Amino acid sequence: MTLEALSNAFGPSGCEAKVRRVVIDAIADKVDELQVDHLGNVIAHQKGTQYPTFKVMVSAHMDEVGFMITHIDDNGLLHFTKVGGIDDRVLPAKVVRIGPSEMRGVISVKPVHLTDRAERNKVISYDNMAIDIGVSSKAEAERLVDRGDYAVFDVAFEDLATSSSPMAKGKAFDDRAGCAVLIELIERGPYPFDFWPVFTTMEEVGLRGAQVAAYRVMPDAAFALEGTICDDGPRDGDTSPTTAVGKGPAISPMDRSVIADRRLVRLLIETAEAEGIPYQFKQPGKGGTDAGAIHLAKTGVPSVPVSVPSRYIHSPVCMLSKEDLRNTVRLMTATLQRMTPDVLSTR
Amino acid sequence: MEVAVEVVPFLKSLSESSGVSGYEQQVRDLVTEQYAALADEVRVDAMGNVIALKNGTGAAPRFRVMLAAHMDEIGLIVSMLDQGFLRFNSVGGFDQRTLMGQEVVVHARRDLPGIIGSRPPHVLSAEERNKPVPMEDLFIDVGLAQPELQEVVRVGDLITIRRPFLELRNGLVCGKAFDDRAAVVSVAVCLDMLQTLKHEWDVFAVATVQEELGVRGAITSTYGIAPDIGIAIDVGFGKQPGVSEEYSIDLDKGPALAIGPNIHPAMFSELKRVADVFEIPVQVEVAPRPTGTDARAIQVTREGIPTALLSIPLRNMHTPIEMLAVKDLVRTGHLMAQFIAALDGAFIDKLSWEEEGV
Amino acid sequence: MKDTIKKLVETWGPSGAEHRVRALIEGEIDGLADETQTDALGNLIALKKGDGSGKKVMLSAHMDEIGVIVSWVDEKGFVRINPIGGVRPLYEAMGRVAFENGTIGVIGLEKMEKPDQVPPFEKLYVDVGASSREDCPVQVGDFGSFVRPMVEIGGHLTAKAMDDRIGCAVLIQTLRELDSSPHDVYFCFSSQEEVGLRGAMTGAFGISPDVGIAIDVTGAGDTPEPQSKMATQLDNGPAIKVKDGGMLATPWVKEWMIRTAEANAIPYQLEVLAGGTTDARAIQTTQAGIPAGCLSIVTRYIHSPSETLSYSDVLNSVKLLLAMLSKPIES
Repeated sequence: MTLEALSNAFGPSGCEAKVRRVVIDAIADKVDELQVDHLGNVIAHQKGTQYPTFKVMVSAHMDEVGFMITHIDDNGLLHFTKVGGIDDRVLPAKVVRIGPSEMRGVISVKPVHLTDRAERNKVISYDNMAIDIGVSSKAEAERLVDRGDYAVFDVAFEDLATSSSPMAKGKAFDDRAGCAVLIELIERGPYPFDFWPVFTTMEEVGLRGAQVAAYRVMPDAAFALEGTICDDGPRDGDTSPTTAVGKGPAISPMDRSVIADRRLVRLLIETAEAEGIPYQFKQPGKGGTDAGAIHLAKTGVPSVPVSVPSRYIHSPVCMLSKEDLRNTVRLMTATLQRMTPDVLSTR
Repeated sequence: MEVAVEVVPFLKSLSESSGVSGYEQQVRDLVTEQYAALADEVRVDAMGNVIALKNGTGAAPRFRVMLAAHMDEIGLIVSMLDQGFLRFNSVGGFDQRTLMGQEVVVHARRDLPGIIGSRPPHVLSAEERNKPVPMEDLFIDVGLAQPELQEVVRVGDLITIRRPFLELRNGLVCGKAFDDRAAVVSVAVCLDMLQTLKHEWDVFAVATVQEELGVRGAITSTYGIAPDIGIAIDVGFGKQPGVSEEYSIDLDKGPALAIGPNIHPAMFSELKRVADVFEIPVQVEVAPRPTGTDARAIQVTREGIPTALLSIPLRNMHTPIEMLAVKDLVRTGHLMAQFIAALDGAFIDKLSWEEEGV
Repeated sequence: MKDTIKKLVETWGPSGAEHRVRALIEGEIDGLADETQTDALGNLIALKKGDGSGKKVMLSAHMDEIGVIVSWVDEKGFVRINPIGGVRPLYEAMGRVAFENGTIGVIGLEKMEKPDQVPPFEKLYVDVGASSREDCPVQVGDFGSFVRPMVEIGGHLTAKAMDDRIGCAVLIQTLRELDSSPHDVYFCFSSQEEVGLRGAMTGAFGISPDVGIAIDVTGAGDTPEPQSKMATQLDNGPAIKVKDGGMLATPWVKEWMIRTAEANAIPYQLEVLAGGTTDARAIQTTQAGIPAGCLSIVTRYIHSPSETLSYSDVLNSVKLLLAMLSKPIES
């Protein structure tokens, strides 16, 4: 199952090769052309049936947050830095996979018996942590690991049959969920327009892959697919969960990186209502997406982010509803079928 | 190895010249003169970047490699004339804790020596003495009263730190603006070596402007040149008290090669290979984010450019007493020259992501 | 010009939803330009051709104002908001917001733990007079802008959105009075400046001018304990920008502006702004680099509902622009 293979693949920002492999294997024979650019983006092209010069780009990013090894100390412990935004509080006692061989290590923690209350009430900063790979000397560690090796959380994907609505758990749903949706969209093509599905790199460190991919493709409109913040856990006050599981794909009118083009937002809403697909609005102003880079390419590209709600992103284990994922595919497919140059003719 | 570029005198002249981001004229003239002697053409673009082209020997159209080192320095700017003294803002990221008691030069109608004044400790409370003074509350004294001051100084005049170049022991030198004029010198060393080393690719050596304000010169110069690959040369955190092992590199052990999302893996590998072959000592610098250097801009220009970053180890960055080992500067130039000499058509294939299992 | 300024500042138009301001400006400049277009990000660009002997000059003033977007409606019908651009809770609390469908709301403030603290954004909410989520006339994703009509105080004008509708007014007036010029002048009424100079980035790419000048507001140092110590003062003429928080004006562009002011006896001041920037920053790093500068209108209380400036400064700004455009640029 594609989401499983995508979720399990090793791919922190700047080191997406293994995810790229999964993506290319899934789409190579379903598109008319495919290339990999200088930042590692997979740029695919599927010709349209009606409007050959009207280009629509749909993006999803392949990279996940992770780590890089900075220093091997005299005890053979690996010191590390973070790639992308990770809350230090999710790190202690987690398992990671390191380097090209994906060897396992653990983020070690002082036994609680030996801590005092003051210590237990403080957040440990990541630069006071170290990864233990089970060696006891610097020399032995240096035979196995290099300074600069990448690492990711070690989490296995699982379908959860625990509720009436099927859920799944795994790492990196931000944005392997988006990649899974995009692969489905490719399988359901062709579309009326000239379709440019792009699997980007380095979104988590500044939307960098999307920036150059958009410059190259220069579409007339763009949709950015994400696995996004879903903060619907228990709460005291009556406040926004940003998105909620079970409410369908989340449309972003605005986030920190982009104000969505109103015409595309309108099209998504009209499509959802006409097709009876549940949808929600993502809480404005939270997070950034590839749309932030795409919409500023050259003379500008009307863009909108559409996301699968995903709990616990940027932490080791995420959770999503497969129903939400399915509805995101449904909404995007139906919307793309309605994407014609007319959509952008008004202002 | 012999170099005809006189490394220490050139570094000294660049260091002591004035070239605050956006107003690099004085240092630009010095760089243009030196690069012109080592290249086939030199031009200055709309932003003031110096772009020197040394033609390769391959058949046209030739591949292009761009080298970027920034010539601007952080500085200060007059924001207001206040009762015979000058209020100022910073241009670029100044550590305001280094300013009190510093000698400066105000580049007004004429150059005026000045002092960033401070109130004598005798009149301050212990609490006041324990807090750094915010830049807003500092002032510069050039020894003129308000009426004469107004004739000579205007809002917007630039200010540089007055810091003569120092030669210390063991080949270490100390001065202002080694970030990043040391790299400008290492590019000159590279061009000098290329006078006798054959190279197929065209070399665009760029002394960029306004790096300290957000790599602005690199954004525009890279767009204009559209190179096939780019190397930024900047400075890296040299080991010193208070700077952890994880983030620092040793002085006098050669330049650091950066590794991370901002760097194309094949560029890193090739630089490492060349360093090993020519026994140039190098270190590794881990960069998990887009770097605070011209490399950040080069990589995402146009359709994307394979990029590398070389860092010259430097202590006391962004203070007037930046310190480095002259040998590291020369090694960096040497590494670039040998890397360039090895570039051929086959290198483009090495850049393809297919190589590492895509 | 006061009528035009009043119409502009009182029009609803936060970043990303500038359509009403654009329509108003289109009406005001009807028939004055040779070509007009609206680009992909909503910039309105009007070209007045020159006699062919000069340069391509881009003038940029932004149409958008800071505002808010609805982020949540609670069970009782109280509306939570997110800022669009640099909104300061201290300046807007207890004021009013207008949403696109005409709904007006009052910006309320939750109790602060320490009464002297500056309120963070999370403590704000909007009261639109609803009693439940179901009967609330606004929903998540709706845009809003602040409400404050323009008045004259002394020789000064005060209103919300002087930043940067005053720049738009200056451009409109310049276009009205521009007789002949060697230059092809692109009057760019830009979008989404307040959220990151976004319209100017793409607008400049499309125009690809030889030189760009932004017309925007800058801070004033002439009030009691100003937010930032600055040399600029109301009534001392347009300010010629040397530096702001995002860029340094290209020296020859700055000198051109100074020379023109001096040659035409137009009062001016020099400006160094510590925080904040303008469209000029985006124009300057477009493509292979574009020489850029900025003509600033000194304004008190920026990003508050009562942005205050000098009408004589506005008139002198138009004079300066016309003087600059009517002759070739000798660099």
